Amino acid sequence: MWKWLHSYADPERAYKLASTLLPWFAFSAILLISVGTIWGMLFAPMDYQQGESFRIIYIHVPSASMSMAAYMAMASASFVGIVWQIKTADWVAASIAPIGAVITFIALLTGAAWGKPMWGTWWVWDARLTSELVLLFLYLGVISLYASFEDKVLAARAAGILAIVGVINIPIIKYSVDWWSSLHQPATIKITEKSAMPMEMLAPLLINIVGFGLMIGAITLVRYKAEILARNGMRPWVRELAKAEASK
Amino acid sequence: MIQFESFSEFLNMGGYAFYVWLSYGVTFGSLGILLFLSLRQKRSVLLEISKKMAREDRLKETRSSR
Repeated sequence: MWKWLHSYADPERAYKLASTLLPWFAFSAILLISVGTIWGMLFAPMDYQQGESFRIIYIHVPSASMSMAAYMAMASASFVGIVWQIKTADWVAASIAPIGAVITFIALLTGAAWGKPMWGTWWVWDARLTSELVLLFLYLGVISLYASFEDKVLAARAAGILAIVGVINIPIIKYSVDWWSSLHQPATIKITEKSAMPMEMLAPLLINIVGFGLMIGAITLVRYKAEILARNGMRPWVRELAKAEASK
Repeated sequence: MIQFESFSEFLNMGGYAFYVWLSYGVTFGSLGILLFLSLRQKRSVLLEISKKMAREDRLKETRSSR
């Protein structure tokens, strides 16, 4: 039933698939982030407690939630790469890692810039903030392990093991606000019950969350294409592309 | 309905201008840099490969002329 998936272990097919998907991801990401951000910045009503500072939510929550989702995507790709020895999956993980690091950095920075006016401090060593910082270090660890080996099969295995072990941090981030007392507020968006937010505020937030996810997908595809080319420099189809690029 | 009465009020963000615009500036700034570097990768990889091909060709020529 899933046999069709095997054909994408072939780098050339994976490259073509990435090229086909890229414009859809890029276009919908730009559209959703534009709508979500403009809606959130201009049209969403002001928070009665936090004033206009709450508008940071429209980038803080999407980047924070997607920093975890991107990590799960990276770790899953690493798992597929390690268990079934599929190199194209390893390259997916290698492509996501730098993007995840940037998204995590954005989550931390926007959180600090929101914490300063609301909590009176840029940073506290509480569970939510610290575990998110650990997530940044996990991404940096995966990036540097992948870069440290000339042999990329070995590099992907080393980086992949770190990525898979690091998954333990994801539930810690998610439930840190419930397990420990934290300055950070608990989840606003709830799937099983009513969200603690009116629809006029929530809709642009949800749009931006989906938009950030699609944007991560789009940049992953851009990096993935370059990664496939870099790992397949000996193949004739890549050499054709190289020849064409050099004569440009 | 737009929540701000004027553009300067929008920029002021109810007194939180520094924090709000710092957040948005860093977010879209770092995403822009990431996107720029990612888009450049493909070309630099292909140029690297074509350099390697040229090197191999030169090597072949010197071998055959000896």
